[in-house]
Amino acid sequence: MPLMTVRDLRFTYRGGSAPAVRGIVLEVVERSMTALIGANGSGKSTLIRLLAGLLTPESGTIELEAKPLHHWDPRARARRIAYVPQNMAVAFPFPAIDVVLSGRTPHLNAFRLEGAGDRAKAMEALETVGAAHLATRYVTALSGGERQMVMLARALAQEPSLLLLDEPSAALDLKHRAALIRTLVRLRAERSVSVVMVTHDLQLTSAAFDRIVALRCGEISAEGSPDEVLQRQKLAEIYSDPGVQALRVGSQTVIWTEL
Amino acid sequence: MSRLPEGIGARLAVATVLLTLLLAGSVVIGLMVGSQHVQFSELFRDSVSRDLFFRIRLPRVTMALLTGASLAVVGAALQALFRNPLADPYTLGVSGGGALGASIAIALGWTARVGGVPLLFAGSFAGALLSVVLVRAMARAGMFVMQGALLLSGVVVNLVCSAAVLTIQYVVDPNSALQILRWILGSLDVIGFGTIWRMAVLLLPAWVAILAMSRQLHLLAIDQDTAATLGVNVRRAETAVHLLSSLMVGVTVAVGGAIGFVGLIVPHAVRLMFGEDLRIVLPGSLLLGGAFLVLADALARTVLPSGELPVGAITGLLGGPAFLWLLRRRQQYAVM
Repeated sequence: MPLMTVRDLRFTYRGGSAPAVRGIVLEVVERSMTALIGANGSGKSTLIRLLAGLLTPESGTIELEAKPLHHWDPRARARRIAYVPQNMAVAFPFPAIDVVLSGRTPHLNAFRLEGAGDRAKAMEALETVGAAHLATRYVTALSGGERQMVMLARALAQEPSLLLLDEPSAALDLKHRAALIRTLVRLRAERSVSVVMVTHDLQLTSAAFDRIVALRCGEISAEGSPDEVLQRQKLAEIYSDPGVQALRVGSQTVIWTEL
Repeated sequence: MSRLPEGIGARLAVATVLLTLLLAGSVVIGLMVGSQHVQFSELFRDSVSRDLFFRIRLPRVTMALLTGASLAVVGAALQALFRNPLADPYTLGVSGGGALGASIAIALGWTARVGGVPLLFAGSFAGALLSVVLVRAMARAGMFVMQGALLLSGVVVNLVCSAAVLTIQYVVDPNSALQILRWILGSLDVIGFGTIWRMAVLLLPAWVAILAMSRQLHLLAIDQDTAATLGVNVRRAETAVHLLSSLMVGVTVAVGGAIGFVGLIVPHAVRLMFGEDLRIVLPGSLLLGGAFLVLADALARTVLPSGELPVGAITGLLGGPAFLWLLRRRQQYAVM
């Protein structure tokens, strides 16, 4: 059974002249890893925010476990879907562990506070992303990449079955980008987590993800396995750049463009 | 923070106990000091001091407690909602709007009560609510609230409201003008418990309601989007905080005038003592806010050899430097 089904999704921002996304049809199956790619402004972030329930579709449907997303009780939904935003501008110096602990909220009753079990789960989430050493640091004092790891840990503390990530690797160096992908692969293997990730990191994605969905001007312009989508012709179309080149090297596809 | 227990439950308990003791202590001090020093033992023997105590001293301390607690908890809630450490009823123009609303009510001669609630409260509440909605709308750019614009529009709304209050004060009859002067100075002078009861009936439920939102405000203070995905109805929470803040500020301003910076100093003091968690900062601000204004008022009553200072002068003199200090510390905060 598909975890999430999207049918004919359309969304226009208030005051926007054209829809930001339209005609989106998508299926996220269990234990799958889907990458959303496309040029800047192609509608990737809008789509993932729609899937996270942060935006309300203009038309079309999003179903989670065969039930419309907006019919879900918000807390029950938060136990299934976790969303990692592109960045998080924290205004107050919260210790990283407190931010991660906030991910336990959907598992607590209305007036319950987190207990020792929740703290253990939060620490485990930090360890999973390799950020246990950041636990007592203030999030305001962390680098962009470190903060991204904390946000990922917060999402994992929710123990979701679907992880939605909006460009999580943007602020990460090569080592941490690879570590992130390895973590996602491991989460799928060990906890059956499905992943939908907006990314510009085509090369690492090509080796680890089983499906790539490419957006262009708010519409799906290509989809399929990495081998099917990451081809010179298709990439040239997705990025509106005839100079794009793709070359398979080992398990990864290297993509570059002529200057 | 390092000496505090790790779990939120234990930290909350420690904070509640310590701050309740502090509040109790400051109430005792507040009841004792003033132009007439009160000896508690005399209350049993002397009817004049008993009268002074029950008609003037006790109402005034209660009033300071209600006002300080309300302003502080509103400050903490607004800071979390707008994710801005410099937000407070004063800097966001909510107090100014409330004072203007109350002044208009006086100028129009609205002295009646509807269902026991003075129309003055309604005018002040409406003014406060209009201000917070206006300031919020001015600072909004699409999905985001621009933090600089938020504070700037708050300051401008406050200035315009003060100017309007002054104008009204000049055109109305001298009697009303004197009443309006209270909002310019801020004063906790109150005789008897009539007004106190009418305040408490509105404030206590508002306290309960805002404390019940502690978790939501904690999540909102961290990040709005993630709060939404964690099950917080952001729009409903915003509306509730706007209404509750305006109610609390409106009621306290209608009686005591615009007393500045309590909502700024107190939540930050709680943060310094017990950390950033809003589930501690909100109840902590309520308790410490009460204690703070009771003590500030005790100081206002005793600092001059004859007569007293308006309590707003004391909070302003303390709050201004605190605001500047927070501004200097902004490196620790990512957004301003």
